[in-house]
Amino acid sequence: MEGLRFLVVEDSPTMRQLISFSLKRFKGCKIVEAVDGVDALKKLQTEEVDMILTDINMPVMDGLKLVSLVRQNAKTRDLPIIIITTEGAQEDRDRGLALGANAYISKPIQSSHLLKVIGDVIEKAP
Amino acid sequence: MVEDHSDIFSKSQEFLQMLSKQKDFIQDLLKENERLRYEVAALRPRSGETDGLLRQEIELLKKRLEQLDLEKREVEAAYQRVEEENKDFAQRYVEIEDQNNNLANLYVASYQLHSTLDFQEVVHIVMEIIINLIGAEVFAIMLLDEKTNELGTIAQEGHDAAKPLPTVRIGEGILGTVSKTGEPYYINQAGAGYAVDFLHPLAAIPLKIKENVIGVISINKLLVQKDAFTAVDYELFSLLAAHAATAIFSSKLYSQSERRLTTIQGFLDLLTAPPQKG
Repeated sequence: MEGLRFLVVEDSPTMRQLISFSLKRFKGCKIVEAVDGVDALKKLQTEEVDMILTDINMPVMDGLKLVSLVRQNAKTRDLPIIIITTEGAQEDRDRGLALGANAYISKPIQSSHLLKVIGDVIEKAP
Repeated sequence: MVEDHSDIFSKSQEFLQMLSKQKDFIQDLLKENERLRYEVAALRPRSGETDGLLRQEIELLKKRLEQLDLEKREVEAAYQRVEEENKDFAQRYVEIEDQNNNLANLYVASYQLHSTLDFQEVVHIVMEIIINLIGAEVFAIMLLDEKTNELGTIAQEGHDAAKPLPTVRIGEGILGTVSKTGEPYYINQAGAGYAVDFLHPLAAIPLKIKENVIGVISINKLLVQKDAFTAVDYELFSLLAAHAATAIFSSKLYSQSERRLTTIQGFLDLLTAPPQKG
């Protein structure tokens, strides 16, 4: 899994930095950061990515709306998406997965867990 | 009569011949017997020799078997040792992964806390750390007013925004005691009947600059997916106790000095402004 390109969508700079820090364990990976859903959609128009990691609670456009729009777009509909959020209730998890996210991780995150989930998602991806 | 005699004679001749043949046959038998006896006698020592060789070979094989058994036990012991080492390595790997994770959290928290001198931004970063890295749902950040000796809330999450949180006098209750002693307070797991109560938190972390307490972080509820504080949370509490305190304090001083500088600059502008023409 070398040279993977990630889009990290997070309004919290602390979490963006922590996620990026964890992702750097993938050799040669490229990380594109976005602060909300709208920013993420803009970045997707100009950047080629292999996976999206998104928070749910963000200003301007939340993560669930982003997942839904990414799945509706022909260019991006097959992109693996992992939701990383403080919303840990089962109904939130079900909602995220029903919208088309490939995996759902509750905060606080464990770096090793995040990397394992990414590995699993990439393995299952078409 | 003569015929009778000749008949008897021929018969006796035949009998004698038969006897002679039998004698020869017996002699042959005796010779054969003697030859066989000789051969048997010759064979006996050779058989003993074979037995001896076989016994030697059996002894050698027994020794080899013992040697192989010993080697097998040694290999088994070595395998056991390697397996134990393997378990140790696996355990060590998990520990290092945990440490790596903890260090990443601490590094990011520390980096973010010292990334700005804007007071509101610093407070926001402290809140982000408490939500995202510790996993708290309901909490408050309080600062000590040195004039009144009371803790007042400067930021909160999850408490009823319509009701302002009460101030706490230094030395009073859990929060007041933490601010007085500088010792953190934890109850690791909330009991079944625990209800959010601002004055009875799950954790109260003093914000300290050396021995001087400048405030307290009170955590009242964890996120639904989090049952209890973990080892890294205590590390983060220690980091927050020191780093958040200095970051909050220095950003507060910086904004105060900025305000004073603006005021002084205003006076200077007034003093140096050219007189208005009447």
